[in-house]
Amino acid sequence: MKHNQQGTPRKYGMVIDLDKCTGCGSCMVACMSENNVPFKKDETDKLKSITWMRVYKLTNGKPFPDTEVCYLPRPCMHCEGDHGHSPCVSVCPATATDYDHTSGIVSQIYTRCFGCRYCMAACPYHARYFNWFDPVWPEGMKESLSPNVSVRMRGVVEKCSFCYHRYQLAMEKAYVEGRDTLEEDEYQTSCTQACPSGAIIFGDLNNPGHAVHQIVQPDPAHGGKPGNPDVFRLLERLGTNPKIYYSSSREWVRKSGDNHLKTETPEKTQAPEKGH
Amino acid sequence: MKIDRRSFLTLLAGGAVGTALSPLPIKLMDDISIWSQNFRGTPIEVPVPERGPASYVDSVCTLCPGGCGISVRKIGDRAVKIEGKPGHPVNDGGVCALGLSGLQLLYGPWRVAGPKKKENGRWKKISWDRALSEIAEKLNELREAGKADAIAGIARTGRGTVARLMQRLLAAAGSPHFFPVPTNEDAYTDAVARMFGKPGTVGFDFENSGYVLSFAAGLLDGWGSPVRMFSAHSQWKTNGVKMVQVESRLSSTAAKADQWVAVKPGTEADLALGLAHVILRDNLNAGAAANSLAFDAFAALVKKDYTPARMAAATGVKESIIVALAKEFAAAPHPVAVCGRGDGQTPCDSREVMAVTALNALVGSVNRQGGMIIGPEPDYIQWAKPVLDDTAQKGLAKGAKKLADLLASKTPEVQALFVLEANPAYTLHDATKAKAALEAVPLVVSLSSYMDETSALADYILPLPTCLERTEDVVVTAGLKTPMIGLTQPVVEPRLDTRHPGDVMLDLAKAMGGTVAESFAWSDYQDCLEETFGLVYGKLAAEGYLQKSVLETLIDTAVAVGRADFAPLVEADKKPRQTPPALVLAAYDAMRIAGGSVATPPYGMKIVPDTILKKSDLYVEVNPETAEKSGLADGKAAVVETPAGKASVRVRVTHEVAPGMVAMPRGFGHTAYDDYVSGKGVNVNDLIGPVPDPVSGLDTAWGAPAKLTKA
Repeated sequence: MKHNQQGTPRKYGMVIDLDKCTGCGSCMVACMSENNVPFKKDETDKLKSITWMRVYKLTNGKPFPDTEVCYLPRPCMHCEGDHGHSPCVSVCPATATDYDHTSGIVSQIYTRCFGCRYCMAACPYHARYFNWFDPVWPEGMKESLSPNVSVRMRGVVEKCSFCYHRYQLAMEKAYVEGRDTLEEDEYQTSCTQACPSGAIIFGDLNNPGHAVHQIVQPDPAHGGKPGNPDVFRLLERLGTNPKIYYSSSREWVRKSGDNHLKTETPEKTQAPEKGH
Repeated sequence: MKIDRRSFLTLLAGGAVGTALSPLPIKLMDDISIWSQNFRGTPIEVPVPERGPASYVDSVCTLCPGGCGISVRKIGDRAVKIEGKPGHPVNDGGVCALGLSGLQLLYGPWRVAGPKKKENGRWKKISWDRALSEIAEKLNELREAGKADAIAGIARTGRGTVARLMQRLLAAAGSPHFFPVPTNEDAYTDAVARMFGKPGTVGFDFENSGYVLSFAAGLLDGWGSPVRMFSAHSQWKTNGVKMVQVESRLSSTAAKADQWVAVKPGTEADLALGLAHVILRDNLNAGAAANSLAFDAFAALVKKDYTPARMAAATGVKESIIVALAKEFAAAPHPVAVCGRGDGQTPCDSREVMAVTALNALVGSVNRQGGMIIGPEPDYIQWAKPVLDDTAQKGLAKGAKKLADLLASKTPEVQALFVLEANPAYTLHDATKAKAALEAVPLVVSLSSYMDETSALADYILPLPTCLERTEDVVVTAGLKTPMIGLTQPVVEPRLDTRHPGDVMLDLAKAMGGTVAESFAWSDYQDCLEETFGLVYGKLAAEGYLQKSVLETLIDTAVAVGRADFAPLVEADKKPRQTPPALVLAAYDAMRIAGGSVATPPYGMKIVPDTILKKSDLYVEVNPETAEKSGLADGKAAVVETPAGKASVRVRVTHEVAPGMVAMPRGFGHTAYDDYVSGKGVNVNDLIGPVPDPVSGLDTAWGAPAKLTKA
């Protein structure tokens, strides 16, 4: 295991307050415009629509008027798995995706990727997208492309990077100023910054001073399982150890984070203890 | 050792199997991928964005009335990202999906590159000077013919210097016909004028409310200033403030509310008056409104006609819930009731606005902390009166008529129509008829940045720079507690051959000459803007907005509100009402779809769920009960027919809507712009006929009687 040469390894993660999320879609557009995500004339085929951040709509399935819905934003979970063995990283034959132990970010290097899509098959969260087409921008629209993020070509997989370029910029600034630490607000993802509800909290899960740590209260001894009873992760029992946490005061919402038997109460389930 | 054929083949096979089992292939693949990652000559070409120094320019977003502060990231001369401006009093760093897509509207091919004139149905390029002199000549002809009042203007808003310059141009020419597009704010202003004796803007102190009761107002679906509403909602969640949504559809607002009260479509006002009944019956109001005018008449009305039992039957809400809601509302600290259909761009009918306002008055939540705040119109524009010649005076003396009446006949009374950043050909109800009426006007001049539906049918397009390319004052009311004035800044140099709308007005006045030109003494728009604000312009330009403390020097913010007068509500209740149809087509608004004059940009279209739009098919939501009556299953093609027209759709059968309604999103079915937005779905405004309110006269149509049949 590599260690951060600058001190304690950071572990960036997110907690999304599903009570506050209104499903407005700001995070999705903030992500697309930050990361040069292309768009087509018809984006209604969602299997071919590239949205690093996607907001899902959950329902409690009850009939009118007891129906309830909840929105769930889903970026890449940046799974730590077991010591960095996230599902996608384990299967990539090209080291095009890797787990960075210094930041906890799962990277995606487009020029290395040759489009085998093993990672897409391995990802249980459908967080990865394949470029079936070369990106096309209408006349004049290339003007708004950001040089901080490379534009992807046909035939490669892409996904949420936790706005890694923002991390790099913040680290460069810190380096110039002779620091080896980052303040919480120095590095925030585009979706976090844009969210008009303040539902997304982003920060270092290892840093007790960061809001994300305080809300989640992760238990490092048990794969980062949340200590807060309102906080849950998606498909917790797969042992992917994701770094995106969700919080909800509604039980049915927490329950829909995993597949449960009808007789099961999710609060009692535990993440599987895993050895090496 | 002899190598025979057998051992040779064994070695070969063994070697192959061994290699395959070893990490060698995967390791080689890995290494080759890394070695080859910078190979040149890849046949696929992707753009490499140019590098440059990064900078930020602050401005104000004008894509909706919300007035959010934005911070635009630039690389060199290019704008690459719109972000919310941290610390801004409206949005404090947050930004909505439409605002984030603003660069697509700036750089997209739907912009109009230069002034155009339609000749024999074809667009021809024309110079600015020629276009303006031709238009000026036609206006002068009308004036000379004594038809000065046949000139009219439709504008996105009536506030701010640009809109007021258009109004001034029309007045100087002799026409009173300036029509800002009405919204629910106008319905509120009208209701407040009736009930409190003075017109004013209506805001809400949501940040300090202790209980929020919303009558179909899409507080989280674009109502008011959307980003401010989102952050207010988050505060409610944090502070445990209860929010109740009265609505027939489980909108995002209803989904986030602590309680969803699913009323029968269109019975919100009945429920409000039913709550008033309980509050008065059980004496829950603690006499907050007892000394109002006509209080006894109002009390008698609700006591007689709005009993919980009757309202339970009318609204479909259980009697126990009506009583509980009234008790909670009256007992809560700083309760507030609010109305507005969806995003509030459609006015509510007077009875509903007044009924909901009456609830606030009953519990003493008018002009109080956490309540409904009535303030004066933020009118800081103090220009000298325009110079009027005889023609102008005669024209103005004829008096103003309504836009609908002016366009009604086959040879419309309007002979020249200016459209300023509005899109009536798309947004007016019964859009097909409205379009035909606009086409019948001999001269339509569209002042717009985009090739929208109205530009497409115009005779001249005078293209404008977008809000990211120009300086303009923006008045933000949008339900804010106190109005605000923002100033947009040119983030990038104007890309195309455009002209600032303020300068267009000044240049047009100059071209018209005479007293019209005399009425515009400014050298250019910037001169006019700086003179209007006087000494505070420096502060406005430096900070980007003016808040209350500074506004006080410009406008009188002393709120003069007398006792509430319930008589207009009692009167409005006597007006005949339509019986609710068995099946109603209702338009709904959502944050991901822009339903107003600006079309949804490509990023917005991209985040529209496939449960709403699939290819070019629009899905309407119906309750399983409704679907069964029409013999329709989920996903099936259907035809919605209303008195205004019919459209092919698909149905989504869901428990998220009340029975008896067909819910259709607003913002689809564009015919102009380009392939990213046009030709997708149905424009719900085509299917809904205008419904003028008997009291305020505003068009309050939110739905229409409908038939739903199998396609």
